[in-house]
Amino acid sequence: MLEINNLQASAGEKKILKGINLRVNKGEVHAIMGPNGSGKSTLAHVLAGRDGFVATEGRVTLDGKNLLAMTPEQRAGEGVFLAFQYPVEIPGVSNMYFLKTALNSIRKHRGLPELDAVDFLAMMKEKSKLVEMDQALLTRSVNEGFSGGEKKRNEILQMAVLEPKLGILDETDSGLDIDALQVVAKGINALRSPERALIVVTHYQRLLNYITPDFVHVLAGGRIVKSGGKELALELEKKGYGWIEEENLKAVGANAR
Amino acid sequence: MIEVAEKRTPYAEDFSRSEKTLQGHSLPWLKDLRRSAINRFMELGLPTDRHEEWRFTNVKPIAQTIFQEPGMRWPNNFNVGSFKDLTFKGLESLSLVFVNGRYAPEFSSIPTTLPDGVRIASLAALITSRPQQIEPHLGHYADFERQAFTALNTAFFSDGAFIYLSQGIVLDTPIHLLFLSGPGTEPIQMHPRILVVAEPGSQASIIEDHAGLGKGIYFSNSVTEVVLGENARIDHYKIERESPEAYHISTLQVHQERASRFTSHAVLLGGALVRNNINVTLDAEGAECSLNGLYVATGHQHLDTHTLIDHAKPHGTSRELYKGVLDEAAKAVFNGQVIVRADAQKTDSVQTNKNLLLSDNARVDTKPELKIFANDVKCKHGATIGQIDPEAIFYLRSRGIDAQKARQLLIHAFASDMINRLEVAPLKEGLSALLSNKLKNGSR
Repeated sequence: MLEINNLQASAGEKKILKGINLRVNKGEVHAIMGPNGSGKSTLAHVLAGRDGFVATEGRVTLDGKNLLAMTPEQRAGEGVFLAFQYPVEIPGVSNMYFLKTALNSIRKHRGLPELDAVDFLAMMKEKSKLVEMDQALLTRSVNEGFSGGEKKRNEILQMAVLEPKLGILDETDSGLDIDALQVVAKGINALRSPERALIVVTHYQRLLNYITPDFVHVLAGGRIVKSGGKELALELEKKGYGWIEEENLKAVGANAR
Repeated sequence: MIEVAEKRTPYAEDFSRSEKTLQGHSLPWLKDLRRSAINRFMELGLPTDRHEEWRFTNVKPIAQTIFQEPGMRWPNNFNVGSFKDLTFKGLESLSLVFVNGRYAPEFSSIPTTLPDGVRIASLAALITSRPQQIEPHLGHYADFERQAFTALNTAFFSDGAFIYLSQGIVLDTPIHLLFLSGPGTEPIQMHPRILVVAEPGSQASIIEDHAGLGKGIYFSNSVTEVVLGENARIDHYKIERESPEAYHISTLQVHQERASRFTSHAVLLGGALVRNNINVTLDAEGAECSLNGLYVATGHQHLDTHTLIDHAKPHGTSRELYKGVLDEAAKAVFNGQVIVRADAQKTDSVQTNKNLLLSDNARVDTKPELKIFANDVKCKHGATIGQIDPEAIFYLRSRGIDAQKARQLLIHAFASDMINRLEVAPLKEGLSALLSNKLKNGSR
């Protein structure tokens, strides 16, 4: 579904991704781990099309279509969803109106008829149960005055409503206490499906106790330096990132010779 | 100075020519009032940017244009269909329609029998038939000694509206004063005058709506005086949607008695050069006023809001929130003065002005001015100028909403709390649509 070949990207002047190769098939869950500053969030933002993050080399395709040539809204229409590490507050726009506008924009892109208010309400009621979202939050302004946990739940609710092919979760676990983490993980698990792929970007192994990945990749210095199964995450938890960086340095050194 | 003097002369000539044709010219008190006003105007002249209060707004275009009196006939082919698009869908109101400053009974809808103690009529008609209700108030609040445009209006007004609510009257249906201006072949000028007298305990909503018919240059210079007796409540809505080339200067002068409540909502959308003055005097204990406003300027529009809240007596409350949206090369001015006099202890006043600039060429000059002479008061003020948050734009786009729609959504979100404060539902919907339309046409 998603193919990333030799992706190099800069944020501003700074070169951050130095050649990422990754293939994600539908139904798979990939965890991308790594120390701070390794480029995890940059990868997530480049995939979603954020301004200021420029792919300088390489190719990214989603079901064969060139993702890098698309606007963020086209990517969303094609089925890319980014759950933000820091969801944005939008005073004056109700959560409900925001989601309805988003859903109908995406449905339009996909050639589907718009949902009317009644169908939309019924759908929201059902989906908000998934993340145990208080109905009152639906009529409030988007993320305004939400707690950290409520913001992250709101992200997962949006993913549930917009039904992407590819969900990218950027540090969704950061800032959550264990109860909130469990609710969010439960929501994410409910959205796993044979038709959908998920990329879980995280610094900590903790989230992976609840969301079992099929593959774990370690990103360091803008490259994927190690890939493995779910055991890799546990090993990282035990040993930290240091050993991988050392291994990587040795490898780079070897290449240089 | 010669330059300034020259600008005054045509008005003096106009006055001596038209004095005898103005409504009520035979009433000695009115004749005196008008003469004092024109004499004062001759001394003041039109303001220049040397006047502190006019530093950011240059009225040269008004000074340099020769305006004619509108003729006695309606603009060509004018009929009820001519302003169909300007009506608010679903608005049930007692309406007085004015065309080029003159009352047009055929387009108005005032029932022949209003409740006892309510008078809603053309000022021209009432000034001769009921001068005793008008004389004690007209010209007593709006200050023509210091304000040149108020002096001009006081000298030249011929028509407008008179609203009288006797003690305890509560009007549920809003009063809609619709001032339509239709340009002719030459620039015309209008000086509409409105007087609202709300006796103790009375209550009403008044929509003062200035709308342009098509394009063309004209000058509308209106003055509204509102007097609230004890415990009276008036909600005043000002909608300014003049033609794109129009000059609109207006003054709303409010006088509040004990425990009265005045709310103003001003929405400024149209016109080339607009100055909206709102002056409120809380002249007795426990009076409360709330001023809300939204100005949205695009192209080369210049929209200026000057408010003055004068707390003269103790225990007064004032709340003021103005928001502005500016695109392209538009300019706006917000000057909010709050005076708390030595007598006005326990005053509670909050003023906020927020601006959203949508382009690098847009400009706003915002100036809160607090003058406090009492020592036991609570006063706050703040002003912000910001741009659309690119983070928010990306967030919306990442959810499938296209860039233009995302921008519109955020602008609406910024302005929406002003629209939501309007308590007349059809106005809320109508203005929301006008706003969308304006921003769609006015931006990329």
